[in-house]
Amino acid sequence: MANYALTVNGRQTEVNVDPGTPLLWVLREHLKMTGTKYGCGIGACGACTVHLGGVATRSCLLPVSLVGSRPIATIETMASDPVGRVVQDVWVAADVVQCGYCQSGQIMTAVALLKTVPKPTDAQIEQGMGGNICRCGTYVRIRQAIARAAQQLG
Amino acid sequence: MSGCQCLLIGGCATIVVAAGGRMTAGQASRAEGLAAWQQVYSVLTHPRCINCHTATAYPQQGDDRHPHRFNVVRGETGMGVPAFTCAACHQRVNADSTGVPGAPGWHLAPLSMQWQDMRDQIMSSGAVCRAVTDRSKNDNLDGAGLLKHHEEEPLVLWAFQPGRGLDRSPRSVPPLTHGEFVAATRTWVEAGLPCPAP
Repeated sequence: MANYALTVNGRQTEVNVDPGTPLLWVLREHLKMTGTKYGCGIGACGACTVHLGGVATRSCLLPVSLVGSRPIATIETMASDPVGRVVQDVWVAADVVQCGYCQSGQIMTAVALLKTVPKPTDAQIEQGMGGNICRCGTYVRIRQAIARAAQQLG
Repeated sequence: MSGCQCLLIGGCATIVVAAGGRMTAGQASRAEGLAAWQQVYSVLTHPRCINCHTATAYPQQGDDRHPHRFNVVRGETGMGVPAFTCAACHQRVNADSTGVPGAPGWHLAPLSMQWQDMRDQIMSSGAVCRAVTDRSKNDNLDGAGLLKHHEEEPLVLWAFQPGRGLDRSPRSVPPLTHGEFVAATRTWVEAGLPCPAP
């Protein structure tokens, strides 16, 4: 066990965990932030996506010991993020969600995409979102919502 | 041969390595260089190296060199695409507790350094040699530059310490140690970068 100082959604926190503990479980079990979901545990589905230093990252594969000083952003802070707020609004307006389990990961990846490429092409949306799986098959609405968010963000 | 040692390369040629591991300039013959190249080629075409020297829009994984799972794509820079980069999973070091390999600057080699064809078939020794030595394809590296690349590039170093996979078993490593790989590269460089006939 070891102590790790983390910056999560702008707040400093410290956890005492095994160095190999995936960040996902630090968030969910130790910090009780359950917005980030466990899907596959092997980086295949994207449900656990968070932003690490601004980069969309699979938290299920990231040992907490490798986080370092990079700030972590989770779905819980997207409502107060300028891009995240718009994405969430269009998500609701476009009625994207079906069961919703994958959607926090989808939104985190969508926000990372729009922060990197404000006006993504259809191909960029397709490839950027290619690692996020939705078993309800909401892909078409997700793609439409991202295009709409890009429009609204100007 | 005080201060020197002999290395048997490929079971067929002996080269002289001076104290400190430096080749004496001009020591290696063309035959010795070609033998050393075959040793270098055996490393370059090992899955730890060639899995990221593809001709396709994706990297490969595993000793069976299957296409990288999870819809991973090359992207324009070889580092994936916006919002879905290599760094989504690969960190600066191996993450053995979760089975993800890592090294600084994790990325695919440029398409000019492809050592496979579009059907994922490994190119011949001569073809890889000519690609590696073509300065219009290899980032303008001369022999010294290629040697330095093999000695110091973090992703090259990673291939010899690739960590553990998802099942926690150690990943396989190239047939030479890093030291042997560098020594073989040095011999090949000293011999003037000879390549096998097509």
